[in-house]
Amino acid sequence: MPQLDGTDEIRLVHGDGGRATARLIKEVFLPHLRDESLQLADDAAAFEFAGAAQMAVTTDTFVVSPLEFPGGDIGDLAVCGTVNDLSVNGARPRWLTAGFILEEGLEIARLSSVVNSLADRAAECGVSIVAADTKVVQRGNGGGIYINTTGVGQVLVEADLGYHRVRPGDAVVVTGYVGDHGLAVLSHREGLEFSTPVVSDTAPVWPAAGRLLKEFGGRVRFMRDPTRGGLASILAEIADSASVDLLVEEEKIPVRHEVQGAADMLGLDPLYMACEGQMVLVICSEAAGEAVEALSELTSAPAVIGQVQAGTGLLKMRTPLGGTKRLGLLSGDPLPRIC
Amino acid sequence: MTRRSRFQRKLKEFSDPHLGRRMVRAVAQKAESGGRPLRFMEVCGTHTMAFSRSGLRDLLSGRIDLVSGPGCPVCVTDTADIDAAITLADLEDTVLCTYGDMMRVPGSRTSLAEKQAQGAQIRVVYSAADAVQAAASEPSRRVVFLAVGFETTAPGIALAVRRAAEKDLDNFYVYSVQKVLPPALRALLSDPEVKLDGLMLPGHVATIVGREALDFVAGEFDMPAVVAGFEPVDMLHGLDVLVDMALAGEAAVENAYPRAVRERGNRAARGVMRQYFAPQAALWRGLGKIPESGLTLQEDYHLWDASALLPADEAVQGGDPPPGCSCGEVLRGKMLPPECPLFASGCRPEDPVGPCMVSSEGACAAYYRYHREEY
Repeated sequence: MPQLDGTDEIRLVHGDGGRATARLIKEVFLPHLRDESLQLADDAAAFEFAGAAQMAVTTDTFVVSPLEFPGGDIGDLAVCGTVNDLSVNGARPRWLTAGFILEEGLEIARLSSVVNSLADRAAECGVSIVAADTKVVQRGNGGGIYINTTGVGQVLVEADLGYHRVRPGDAVVVTGYVGDHGLAVLSHREGLEFSTPVVSDTAPVWPAAGRLLKEFGGRVRFMRDPTRGGLASILAEIADSASVDLLVEEEKIPVRHEVQGAADMLGLDPLYMACEGQMVLVICSEAAGEAVEALSELTSAPAVIGQVQAGTGLLKMRTPLGGTKRLGLLSGDPLPRIC
Repeated sequence: MTRRSRFQRKLKEFSDPHLGRRMVRAVAQKAESGGRPLRFMEVCGTHTMAFSRSGLRDLLSGRIDLVSGPGCPVCVTDTADIDAAITLADLEDTVLCTYGDMMRVPGSRTSLAEKQAQGAQIRVVYSAADAVQAAASEPSRRVVFLAVGFETTAPGIALAVRRAAEKDLDNFYVYSVQKVLPPALRALLSDPEVKLDGLMLPGHVATIVGREALDFVAGEFDMPAVVAGFEPVDMLHGLDVLVDMALAGEAAVENAYPRAVRERGNRAARGVMRQYFAPQAALWRGLGKIPESGLTLQEDYHLWDASALLPADEAVQGGDPPPGCSCGEVLRGKMLPPECPLFASGCRPEDPVGPCMVSSEGACAAYYRYHREEY
């Protein structure tokens, strides 16, 4: 019987977005699904019809618990998550489809409120929801609401993005505070209260992505939204996939005081906690300063956090004390500690 | 300025990078004057993680070599105790409540996470009080709290038992594999193979037991030791004090964390601990059975003791460590995590063989996250 990570059944670890998920995809999915765009393992696939504009398509499924959290709900997330995957691939989000799996017993008022925020977010992002589907499953078989959204967008002509464009000397930029969403959801789910509440950063990144591409074109080499696995996992992925080293200054990474404090208490690392409204980008170093300036009108705390070096695929982080540590992909969902 | 923001600003000074960098240079230079690397053990798992995360372990290596000790509560929990917890989770109408980092620790056959995936009622909680709450709201089920930890968490767990007693909850139980640190330090320091120039002692534990209670480290074993806090400047200050003593050949137990640690610790916390828990022999991974090193419920509170729920033939014996696992050596500072043949090949956080790879305070987890040669 085929085994993955010591078990012949699917375990939660296979959904953590880290090493176990990567193995699941590589060993179970890719051998059967051989389309070239899937093999590329990007967040969205580009395609074109004869003569028409270059398009991008992506799909994502949302199973967040709790359904509502400070700063958003599963409806917000289902729009932002998918339009953000299009955005970081250089595509202006245009159309969405939405599939709902509802669990028997779900209050209609809750559903209505989620659909309402989904519609509001879609309007904010300028996307039309052009097809939708609903299924109901027996009580106990679902977490209230699961939503799948598929998004289609139009790739900007200015966009020329990909791991292959990342080169030594480029700068690494993050658009704002990291870890907010992961900590907001975790603390709300577990009923933890902090004196300064942490709010999810769920938001569309297209305003920032679109502006950068228009202003800087091909000098923007790569963009990604650090969701599951957090900033550190995405950086490790860039280093690995582009076969370069990334040298990142820990001090320059924007982390809110209250997020760092709560994470310290729980023994968690904000660098591995999800963001839902941020981007990491690799940009030609000469343009980095201007890009940060442009971003500062749109995002919470844009900063150049590091640079790309020739190397073998390592993520190296310089600590405030001047030490260097190497970081990898998230390995297993982070679990809060004892003391 | 409010009192709280003043305090927060003050606290920030303990992670000030400029001060930290100056201290790194000074401590390293001083240590170098000894002519050979000094070998210190950080006893506490929180220090283990903090040394790795801050980069101090690598920065100082060659001048001060830091090895980890038996102060990660998840790591020292014996395989047999994990097996017993799994047995409890299997009982009918029973919910087992546990701290998150126990979930993936392998027992001899399976882990709590694996059991949960198969449908057992196992819940992650953040405090013993959450488990008492669960017992109160679900009177038809037994709720067993898996109590793991040292002196730091024991007073809180004692208060949870008090609350259960006050509420007359007859469905709340504690399975205590809690431990106290001093007997384990004695066992460790009595081992002639353990060669150290000094110990960094845990600030959290010392906050409860007091600095005085740790004086035996110097008195009985002639070993320099320092109680230290957890911010970079705290740890560097602790190292500085240790280097001074080690180079001068002096042994004392110094307090480098006076903003939290008193000579006699926290009397109220120790009082409540003593009221609800009595010392008993306990199994430590790597160190074996140590007399008086565990905490069991006092006779008066035995109604809340979950050991009575274990089948009679399931007496907890010392469990064999998993084949090939070196956690026992790592916990005594005899082996560094990368020296274990399973490190990062057969043993990883998402598919661990030993507890030191699972716990967020484990030495192997710290090395896996921050010091691997390859990814």
